[in-house]
Amino acid sequence: MVNKLIKEDTKMFLTGNEVLAYAANAAEAEFMYGYPITPQNEIMHTWCKLLPKTEAGFLQTEDEISAGFSTLGGILAGKRAFTATAGPGNVIMQDAQSMAEMMRIPFVCAVMQRGGPSTATVIYAQQETRLTCFGGNGEGFRIVYSTAGHQDLYDYMIKAFNTAWKYRFPTYVLADGYQGKMREPVMLYDPASRGISMVPTEKALLGPGQIGIDRKSVHMRNTYNMEEELMEVLEGYQKDYDKMAEEVAEYEEYKAEDAEILIIAHGIVARSARTAIDELRAKGIKAGLFRPITIRPLAVKPLRAAVSRAKQILFTESANGQLAQMVLEKLYGLNTPYSTLYKMGVGVTGDDLVSKVESMIKEPAMI
Amino acid sequence: MAEVLTLPPNLPKSQNAEVGASKFCPGCGHGITLKALANAVDELDIKQKTVFGCDIGCSLLSWNYLDLDTVQTHHGRTTPVIYGVTRANPEAIGIAYMGDGGGLAIGSQHLVNAAVRSERMMIVLVNNTNYGMTGGQMSPTTMPGQKTETTPYGRDCEVTGRPAKGAEMVAAIANPEKSFVARSSVSNVRKLQSTFKKGLINVQNGGFSFIEVLSICPLNWRTNNVDTLERLKTMEEFFEVKEFLQGKSEQ
Repeated sequence: MVNKLIKEDTKMFLTGNEVLAYAANAAEAEFMYGYPITPQNEIMHTWCKLLPKTEAGFLQTEDEISAGFSTLGGILAGKRAFTATAGPGNVIMQDAQSMAEMMRIPFVCAVMQRGGPSTATVIYAQQETRLTCFGGNGEGFRIVYSTAGHQDLYDYMIKAFNTAWKYRFPTYVLADGYQGKMREPVMLYDPASRGISMVPTEKALLGPGQIGIDRKSVHMRNTYNMEEELMEVLEGYQKDYDKMAEEVAEYEEYKAEDAEILIIAHGIVARSARTAIDELRAKGIKAGLFRPITIRPLAVKPLRAAVSRAKQILFTESANGQLAQMVLEKLYGLNTPYSTLYKMGVGVTGDDLVSKVESMIKEPAMI
Repeated sequence: MAEVLTLPPNLPKSQNAEVGASKFCPGCGHGITLKALANAVDELDIKQKTVFGCDIGCSLLSWNYLDLDTVQTHHGRTTPVIYGVTRANPEAIGIAYMGDGGGLAIGSQHLVNAAVRSERMMIVLVNNTNYGMTGGQMSPTTMPGQKTETTPYGRDCEVTGRPAKGAEMVAAIANPEKSFVARSSVSNVRKLQSTFKKGLINVQNGGFSFIEVLSICPLNWRTNNVDTLERLKTMEEFFEVKEFLQGKSEQ
């Protein structure tokens, strides 16, 4: 057990990376394995600075490959362990993430997106959306929370641990360098004070009982001999995933009820959309927001309902339509026309969106 | 009618009797190595606290071979999974089992850093001088002149470099106070077992152990019994069989 630092509601002015370290402690995380990569470093820094008080564990590994795999080792050993990464680190950590998918290991990772592909920028992007949802040589049996600010970072980092341990799918807090480095007021709390109890961890290896007396030895594998044997396992996973999706999928709507132009955005871009919507509403333009919070799995029913109500939709991202690609697939059969505002690796401002929506009023999008 | 005499197999307690016939190719060195390892675990009576991790390649076939809590990982990644376990569970004795490709090529960064950090675990690297599972390609330890699928005219060290000497490399970078480093061979099973025992004792004493096992691959070597053992002798001349560092391997 670790010592929890936040015992009562405490308002602090923190960077997002600091918030994530505090949230992991609040969620009773016991061990972090990590490797330096910007813009997520301060998660590790804060975690390490707090170690004398928390009495948690930390290992700085030789790369993100080992950070991912040693996190899996720590989880199998029964610890609530986690890691964090970004950009090229997220790319090479996919190896471990796909093992987590295949073996249903409750892996938690904070991804602070930076520009891509390759080294690109260390600053900001939403270009790891597809990678985080579908990276690895599998089907994307993952849960991805996309946060839009510091309170989200705190709330969803705590939630990620419970989602991962409850459903046993790798779970991500997907944020970005802006959220990681920016300072905002945030309310830290003990999850227990909000009625949240942490799902207990268990030892998959060296669990209770003696081998040969109380139990058999455990043989965990991610290799299968026959195609059909694999498919049977994966069909079971898909069934679990679909059932889980109904319970886990989250979204946020802002003035979407009567919106004629519906902006679909995730993460911090959704915050710019809120600003733009207020400005547009003041000008008499009925704009609204649909923000998927879980970008995988998506809340499909409310998404389709909101899109059906609107006259036009606008996809906007700091990427070239990575979320849009996932969303459009779920909108099959609807014929609401859409327009796009994509800025690859660059922030989308409220002003950008106001101008874009105004242009959509003048020249509506076509099907 | 001739009487059929059946004797129960003489298996170590730490070997999984339910596996039945060995899944390794006829003549493979893995069965010998794993049995010696299981016997060493039995001798030290550490079955209940040992975690065995296996790599990809032929070594992955050991995923249910032992009656130990086992996790099979990805190619080259057994070392970080096992030190992930032992960092999180200080009671656990971790064994990472891999081939020469897993340890010295795709997972070499983990070997180097586990040695430098004196991770509390034992790495067993079974060196059969080729990638067996994938059909016999050149590996870091392929001998000079050795024919493999990717060196069909023999390994040319001018082009591919010299064979990697894992035990010497690890001995050069590991902390001598905390590290047991040895090279052993499947040609001497008793010695192999006692080497494993020393390695495990060193881990029990909080240290890092690395044991390279010279092994045989008659299928990919395309050798008969006599030639297989001849080849192993040649390997033992090239890769020195000895203890490089003793650490705290005395009981």
